[in-house]
Amino acid sequence: MTTPVLDLQSVAYAYPDGHQALFGVDLHVHRGERVAVLGPNGAGKTTLVLHLNGILLPGRGTVTVSGLPVVKDNLAEIRRRVGIVFQDPDDQLFMGSVRDDVAFGPRNLGIRGAELDRRVMAALDLVGMADFVDRPPHHLSFGQRRRVAVATVLVMEPEIIVLDEPSSNLDPASRRELADILTGLDVTLMMVTHDLPYALQLCPRAVVLSDGIVAAQGRTLDILTDDALMKSHRLELPYGFDPHAC
Amino acid sequence: MGAPHGHRLHFHGHSPLHRAPAHHKVAGLITFMLVVVATPVPWLPAFAAYAALLAVLVALSGVPVPYLARRMVVETPVLMFAALLPFVATGPQVAVLGLSLSEPGLIAGGGLVMKATLGVLASLLLAATTDPRDLLIGLERLRVPVQLVQIMGFMVRYLDVVSDELRRMKTARESRGFTASNPRHWPVIGRSAGALFIRSFERGERVHLAMISRGYDGSVRR
Repeated sequence: MTTPVLDLQSVAYAYPDGHQALFGVDLHVHRGERVAVLGPNGAGKTTLVLHLNGILLPGRGTVTVSGLPVVKDNLAEIRRRVGIVFQDPDDQLFMGSVRDDVAFGPRNLGIRGAELDRRVMAALDLVGMADFVDRPPHHLSFGQRRRVAVATVLVMEPEIIVLDEPSSNLDPASRRELADILTGLDVTLMMVTHDLPYALQLCPRAVVLSDGIVAAQGRTLDILTDDALMKSHRLELPYGFDPHAC
Repeated sequence: MGAPHGHRLHFHGHSPLHRAPAHHKVAGLITFMLVVVATPVPWLPAFAAYAALLAVLVALSGVPVPYLARRMVVETPVLMFAALLPFVATGPQVAVLGLSLSEPGLIAGGGLVMKATLGVLASLLLAATTDPRDLLIGLERLRVPVQLVQIMGFMVRYLDVVSDELRRMKTARESRGFTASNPRHWPVIGRSAGALFIRSFERGERVHLAMISRGYDGSVRR
């Protein structure tokens, strides 16, 4: 078997105030996979995400990205390999123009000039936002900002993209447009979400995170149709949604 | 999402003043301000000349006078202070309309009004004819430390986000029957301001996380 893109071995983490969020998470994501991480509020999803690029370092256990351990000395390379799209695009887009924002990451990698321009435009093309390159982010709609946020990560040419609640606050049309963009990308994808239909649509595999451990994993359809499992982890499908009908 | 195009101080246009490079305009403004501040108050013809120069520039820029006039209200606190000066300053007194006023106070107050008005008008003209992003680039060309320029850039970026938040909080207050109408309501406004501060602070932390996630290591790269 090839080296997994993401390899977490019994990762445990407690916040400095003593609150323990993760109790030993084991998780593997292989190249080309699209994996949904599901779980109720407070399950430790965001804490898990922050471990993937070394913002938080595990108290116990290890995180490895394509064979490279997430430790202080590797952080620059780790952050190139793992692209995180945060939930609120206003947090992710902090420069004065879309161009500067998308260029921020590669610039930190030392890329300049024509190569930088090429990568910025290529990333914006992938999310259909190339026409907005010189607009300030705060003049874009929410859906457009989320797409630019995805571009700020794509431009780093990461090995895996991690999205935190990608469909939150999107109207149905923007939600579908984002889904079209994400399915069209040729990258390994992990998304953390409450939006179970979205997980089913985009991710063949799902992982249930509950009380700081991986409580279940398998085919997304199997998980969403296992009523006992769903109930015991406070997961609920929206009213009227039938996974079998998809 | 009905975000207005351009910044609210910026008046979109294509005049020579709009097109001039931002760093020339900033340097011009600073020179103008220094000259105005250094001019002794009794040299009234000099002030008239400054005012005439500004009037020509305003006409050249095509920015409507009422547009600038409305924004001149920021000067109000200075005007109030200037109006107070003749009453509180010491020195020889003169009688004006039956009031005994301090002569140095009158001169100082008058000087303050002239200089402040010229300064505010010139600054508003700069803001109205320069896109905030060009302004930042201009400051950078003038060798303002890049960290300072970056902080100002964040301010420009998040001004709308924070004022939106402020407006939503106001709407939420008013929806629950609260409208600030007298000073007894100020503590509530104060608590809202505190909440806004905490929210902005937390947003700052999240932005920082997003920055280091994209390889930011504290140094500014161009």
